[in-house]
Amino acid sequence: MNWQQAYFLLQGLWGTIVLSLLTFLFGGILAFVLALTRISPLVPLRFLAATYIQIIQGIPLLVIMGICYFGPAIVGGYDMPALAAATLAMTVYSAAFLADIWRSALQAVPKPQWEAAECLGLTRWQRMRQVIIPQAIRISTPPTVGFMVQIIKNTSIASLVIGYSELGYFAKLLNNSTFQPFLFFGAAAALYFIISYPLSVGSRVLERKLNAANR
Amino acid sequence: MSYQFNFSAVLGYWPLVWTGVLVTLRLAFFSTIFGFTLGTLCALGRTSGSASLQRVIAVYVEVIRNTPLIIQAYFLIFGLSSVGVRWPIEVGATLALVINIGAYTTEIMRAGIESVRKTQLEAAECLGLNRWQTFIHIVLRPAMERVYPALTGQYVLLMLVTSILSSVGVEELFGIANRIQTETYRNFEVFIVLGFAYLVLSLFVRFVFYLLGLVLFPRRRKLGTAL
Repeated sequence: MNWQQAYFLLQGLWGTIVLSLLTFLFGGILAFVLALTRISPLVPLRFLAATYIQIIQGIPLLVIMGICYFGPAIVGGYDMPALAAATLAMTVYSAAFLADIWRSALQAVPKPQWEAAECLGLTRWQRMRQVIIPQAIRISTPPTVGFMVQIIKNTSIASLVIGYSELGYFAKLLNNSTFQPFLFFGAAAALYFIISYPLSVGSRVLERKLNAANR
Repeated sequence: MSYQFNFSAVLGYWPLVWTGVLVTLRLAFFSTIFGFTLGTLCALGRTSGSASLQRVIAVYVEVIRNTPLIIQAYFLIFGLSSVGVRWPIEVGATLALVINIGAYTTEIMRAGIESVRKTQLEAAECLGLNRWQTFIHIVLRPAMERVYPALTGQYVLLMLVTSILSSVGVEELFGIANRIQTETYRNFEVFIVLGFAYLVLSLFVRFVFYLLGLVLFPRRRKLGTAL
C-alpha cells in the first residue's frame, strides 16, 4: 500500500465519520420525538409511532436508501446530493431503533417516580424534563453508545445505492484496481474497528459504572 | 408533481421476484441454522472452555461485531477467490453470513447460559442426569428460552441484511430488483415494491419464530407467559 492509497482510505474514513455524526444528530432528534410519542397518552399518536417503528424495522436499510434517494426527485423534482440522501435514509432507519432503546429507558424509570412527580403538581413537561428524562438518560446511555457502533457499521452500505463515498467504497475501488482484497479490505476493517471498538468498550464500562446502584 | 407511477411495469416481473424471494429465504435459513450452531458452541466455549479458547472466541466476537458485514463479505469472498478458491457465490455468501451472525449469537447465548443458576446444575447432578442431558435440558433450553426474543430479533435482522450480499453478485431479492431497475428505469416503484416485499418477509419470519417458540418451549405455553 503506498501513501496515495492510504490517503484514499483515510478520505473514505472521513466520509464515514461525517455521515455517522450527521446520522447520530438527526437520528437522535427524530428518535427523541418518536420515543416521547410512543408513550404519549394519546392513543392514535402512540399507534402512529409504533407503526413507523415496526415498518422501518421490517425493511432493510438498502431499500430505505433507495426510497430516500429516488423518492425526493419524484416529489420535488430535484436530485438529492449523495450525502443528503444518505443522511436522510440513515436518520429514518436509525431513529426507529434508537426510539425503541429510549422508549424502554423512559419506561424503565420506576413507576413511583412518575406518580410522585404528579403528586407534586408538576406539569407533564416538567415531570418529563426534571424527573423522568434525567433518570432515563442514565439508563439509556450504555445502549445508546453501543448503538453508535451500529450506525458506523451501517454507513458502509451508503455507497451501494446512493453512491456516497465512504470507507467501504474506497476500499472496493482500491481492490478493483489492484486486486489485493486481503490488504485493502483488511485495512478498511481495521479502520472500522479502530473507531468502533472504543465505543463498544465504552458502552460496557458505562453500563458497569452507571448501574452501580443495582449491583 | 407530474410523475406517473407505473407499478405494472415492475409487477410484470413477478416470477423473477419470486425466485429472488426464495434465494433470500434460503440464505436466511442456512445462515440461521449454521450461525446458531456456531454461536451456541462459541458461547459454551466462552463460558466453560480453557482460558486460551475463551480469548480466541472473545477476539472473534469483538472483531466481527465492530466491523461492517459488507467488509467481512468482501474480505472473505474476494479474498478467497484471489487465492483460487472457486465455489458458488451463494455458498460464499452463506459462509460470510454465518461467520457474522455467529458472533452475535455467541453474545446472546452467553447471556442466556450465564443466567442459568449454579444450583440448577447441582440439582441436575443430584438427580443423576448425565452431562449431555444436563446440557440439553438444564442449560441450553432454559438459556434459549430466556434470550429467545433477542435471538428472534437478531435473525429477522439477518434476513433483512442478506440484501447486502447482492453487492457481491448474489441474485437474491435485492439483486433481482437491481436487475429490474436497469431494465425498466422504474427505480422508485421498484424500491416501494421491494420495501413491501421485505416487510411481508419479516412478518413471515417473525411468525415462523413464534411457532417455533411454541414447539420448543411448551413450558411457556402451559404457564401462559408470552414469548
